[in-house]
Amino acid sequence: MTLLGDRQQLSYIASQAADARVNLELETEGMTLNIGPQHPATHGTLRIIARLDGEQVVWVDPSCGYMHRGYEKLTEVRTYPQVTALVNRIDWLGSFANEVPFILAAEKLMGIEAPLRAQHIRTILFELSRIANVSLFLGDLGVQLGAITPVFMAFRDREYVLNLIEGATGGRFHPNFDRIGGLKDDLPAGWLDETRTVMKKLRRFCDEIEDLLFGNEIFQSRTRGIGVIPRDIALQYGMSGANLRASGVDWDLRRDQSLPMAWDKVDWKVWTHPDGDSFARCWVRLQEVRESTRIVEQLVDTIPAGPVMTKVPRIIKVPEGEAWVCTENPLGEMGYYVVSQGDLGPFRVKIRSASFNNMSITPWLLKGVYVPDIVTILASLYFILGDIDR
Amino acid sequence: MGLVDRGRLPKPLTQLFNMGRSYSLWVYQWGLACCAIEMGAAFGSPRYDVMRLGVIPLPASPRQADLVVISGTVTDKMAPVIKRLYEQMPEPKYVISMGSCANCGGPYWDSYSVTKGIDQIIPVDVYVPGCPPRPEALLEGVVMLQQRIKNEDMGARWRGEGSQSMALVAARQGAAKQMIDGMSAERGGVPVVVDH
Repeated sequence: MTLLGDRQQLSYIASQAADARVNLELETEGMTLNIGPQHPATHGTLRIIARLDGEQVVWVDPSCGYMHRGYEKLTEVRTYPQVTALVNRIDWLGSFANEVPFILAAEKLMGIEAPLRAQHIRTILFELSRIANVSLFLGDLGVQLGAITPVFMAFRDREYVLNLIEGATGGRFHPNFDRIGGLKDDLPAGWLDETRTVMKKLRRFCDEIEDLLFGNEIFQSRTRGIGVIPRDIALQYGMSGANLRASGVDWDLRRDQSLPMAWDKVDWKVWTHPDGDSFARCWVRLQEVRESTRIVEQLVDTIPAGPVMTKVPRIIKVPEGEAWVCTENPLGEMGYYVVSQGDLGPFRVKIRSASFNNMSITPWLLKGVYVPDIVTILASLYFILGDIDR
Repeated sequence: MGLVDRGRLPKPLTQLFNMGRSYSLWVYQWGLACCAIEMGAAFGSPRYDVMRLGVIPLPASPRQADLVVISGTVTDKMAPVIKRLYEQMPEPKYVISMGSCANCGGPYWDSYSVTKGIDQIIPVDVYVPGCPPRPEALLEGVVMLQQRIKNEDMGARWRGEGSQSMALVAARQGAAKQMIDGMSAERGGVPVVVDH
């Protein structure tokens, strides 16, 4: 150990003091940034409290519950046919997809199965609601990043899909079309031809979005490498849907489980992306819209004739038991755990919705990012607020 | 606008002002749930195009807005925020309640966490029914509000009396009475006559 001379010691202390003074002058004061609970560009209410150090996020606290409507408690006082009207509104962009797992769970408990034609129509409507849901995401994504045009295109082409859903079910948004044992009605005349035309339009919309938005240099520089979720972390947080597939996990409930639906009867592909960043999540969703149009087209061509409803009693009582059914909804895995005690309505329903788990990663993911990237990451995670809070 | 406050505007001038106000509505979009998508379709999509009605749907803040569309389910946690939003808007201000949830609770009429109707918190001018209402229904609501504005007595609205909610009117009158009482106490009990 070498001893410093007096002179050296003094200069050392002086330099230390100078460093401290510089640090003091350059130090930025922390700031708490409140985002939400409402924003004119969103639908739904989520509040995010972010603690900033300069331009960087130190920690984030998402505060949900502004959209909590008490679904699980309300299902206890509704009958089975009434519950479908209620659960339509959980993920309001893909309404029909919310009905299907609940109806399948009730059918599983009753030991019945819908006719083949009804299964096909269910799958078509399921995929149409996925297209309606994700096409709005593709337009909304542009708005969040500062490009206004894509949202007009999304609203323009989404109307065609909504017209199809309205033509078949009578409701633009909330069809309430699924019944225990089948469907309310058969398809109207000419609907299948109309569907083929619309699917072509939707594929053109996908091409337009891919050219305009995904090929844009600004868009790429704002999404590539932003908000990277590694494979293990995504699995640990229980993420599902396109968010999980964008992290390189090849997992899709439409393919990986057998349900009385028609996905196994057509040829389609599960898209994954190895990167796990915001761009990958958006890209996977775009490809999924394309796959959905392909699924719908094949199903329209191969739809069998026959009834759309099996024989069910007029007053539906579900026998005692418990059932869990989950499907791959537009946002990810959505499932219902239905407990029945043989009454007109369920005794208890546990709803597993995708967005709650997909959003729960935000405190981990937003740590250390810059403020403009908060918007990119939240937009690319794509949650629907009714799906978080239920 | 002293003349307007006292309601002593000549009738042709009132009509002119009202027409101008009804065709330059700045709408603040307060989208809470499913209805927000239909509101977005009505305000943002090329198919419905609300701007042809003289409605500008993009003010930067509630302080620049004439009209707010509350669309969607209002929960008890959200209700204070809406009250605060309404208080931030400048007079004269109008409210359209869009969808069954905002009107009366809708399918959540027996839920523990949903506010059954925003008219419990703020006065509402036009109710648009539906779950969710079609975009055309919202445009119809906007047209109805414009007709209402055209037939309005501006003086009453400026004084905050033209509002539909009787509870609010009563509250305002109560507050005015308290203020007048306070003033008259300062002046030694001399009553102040308010000229309507």
